Amino acid sequence: MSELNQNAENAAASPERRRFIGAATATAAGLAIVPGVMLYEVAHGRAEDQAASSAVRWGMLVDATKCATGCDDCVTACNTENGLTPVAESAHPKQAPQWIRKLELQDPLTQMETNLPMMCQHCAEPPCVDVCPTGASFKRADGLVLVNRHTCIGCRYCMMACPYKARSLVHESLNDTQKPDVPRGIGCVESCTFCVQKIDRGDGTTACVEACTASGHNALIFGDMNDPESEISKKLRELPTKQVRADLNLNLGVRYHGI
Amino acid sequence: MAVNLKHFLALGAVVLTTAALAWAGSDTQPKAKGAPQPVISKAVKGEQCVEPTEYMRRNHMVVLDGHRDKAVIEGIRTKKYSLKECINCHASEKTGSVAAAKDDFCISCHSYTSVKIDCFECHSTKPKGSIAMHPLNAETAHLKHKLAANTKTTVSAEEMAGVAQ
Ligand code: HEC
Ligand code: HEC
Ligand code: HEC
Repeated sequence: MSELNQNAENAAASPERRRFIGAATATAAGLAIVPGVMLYEVAHGRAEDQAASSAVRWGMLVDATKCATGCDDCVTACNTENGLTPVAESAHPKQAPQWIRKLELQDPLTQMETNLPMMCQHCAEPPCVDVCPTGASFKRADGLVLVNRHTCIGCRYCMMACPYKARSLVHESLNDTQKPDVPRGIGCVESCTFCVQKIDRGDGTTACVEACTASGHNALIFGDMNDPESEISKKLRELPTKQVRADLNLNLGVRYHGI
Repeated sequence: MAVNLKHFLALGAVVLTTAALAWAGSDTQPKAKGAPQPVISKAVKGEQCVEPTEYMRRNHMVVLDGHRDKAVIEGIRTKKYSLKECINCHASEKTGSVAAAKDDFCISCHSYTSVKIDCFECHSTKPKGSIAMHPLNAETAHLKHKLAANTKTTVSAEEMAGVAQ
């Protein structure tokens, strides 16, 4: 809990500013014919010509108590959205890039099973960024940890540095099978981008979260952890959550409940 | 005899050079006789390019280079110099792509001038279709069961923790 409070204090936006934004939003919502839509746009929309801002920190809450055994809708949705070949379809499954993996953990003593998706944790202090020799591995202002594929040389230091095995190297030519919104290609490292193309389009959510919600499991919540009124911030205040390998002090953008 | 041959060769060279210069100088040279020219297919959409055509012909790589850093690192998503927008307007009607066939827009000039670009190792060469708009479409839904069977692994909490070491 103290950790969460600390994060809130570290947040870039001052409380005054938040209150002001809150008030402005409320007014806009009051005037709008469709309040939900207005609120949504004020909260997440960013003009095309506006850079990502550190006033926002995107994050995800995984409720492992709701994550269902045998379900991997999040993985499928990620593959579809980002144009990844499903592992099962890949000619070389062991080296097939994976941005999100479904894990089933079992406590060897009690046999208790835990389900959870594992992906880039979008650390505030990312080790992958520390080790990158070209600066290609970087943290965007709004907390997304990304690979600038234009400067990535495929050395894979970041893959070694990542405590979560979250990154993959593209080993094979993709032969123009990529999605226009998600360029990716041979010789570069890649990982979960929190669907940066969707965020920058103003969707305010990711493909995996949409899929989890659509399946009715509601195990994933996405949002701005710097906005105290966002669903994720409210849930983080309510539920006990953990960061995986919290001992590393990386201040993760993905929090787990029920692990 | 030797002298005569030399003169003859020299004369021949002069004649040939003059002819070549004259040919190179004329603007109205018939294509069939000249060196092969790059095919610059007309843009499918739009009346004009994002900058004057003259400027784009020489400097398209500059605007692309500038925009890609802004887009990727800062998250500035203006459309003007976006590669996706170039592709929207310039994809060929025949192949639906800017780089599938040798006459496609981003290929023809480059092979003519021996320029090699790697952009399309990663970037799709085709404009965004309607399918990409819907992340939860039926495209891969049929793979779901196969996938579930394959990706289900049992990892102990200890192994999980051990991942970092
Ligand atoms: C709105 C549609 C549109 C967009 C967007 C667009 N172009 Fe163009 N472009 C045109 C048109 C129209 C021409 C004029 C030549 C023609 O008729 O094809 C042109 C001309 C060019 C030329 C010169 C071709 C020649 O005749 O020598 C280049 C090079 C070029 N564009 C590259 C680009 C690049 C790179 C981008 C993306 C940054 C881009 N264009 C975006 C429509 C577009
Ligand atoms: C190794 C993969 C890779 C290669 C090669 C590559 N790109 Fe990119 N490019 C990306 C990725 C990934 C993005 C980020 C996409 C996003 O966030 O929307 C991107 C984004 C861009 C953008 C901004 C988004 C847009 O569509 O306008 C531009 C412009 C761009 N690249 C131009 C180029 C050009 C020009 C080349 C060739 C000289 C090139 N790229 C080569 C991977 C690559
Ligand atoms: C009118 C002919 C023409 C067209 C059409 C054209 N290019 Fe070029 N492009 C060139 C030439 C010539 C060069 C080399 C310029 C130089 O080296 O000074 C070049 C260079 C480039 C470079 C820089 C390569 C490097 O190694 O520095 C990029 C990137 C590029 N083009 C992208 C594109 C893209 C993308 C398209 C399609 C939208 C396109 N070009 C269409 C003529 C063209």
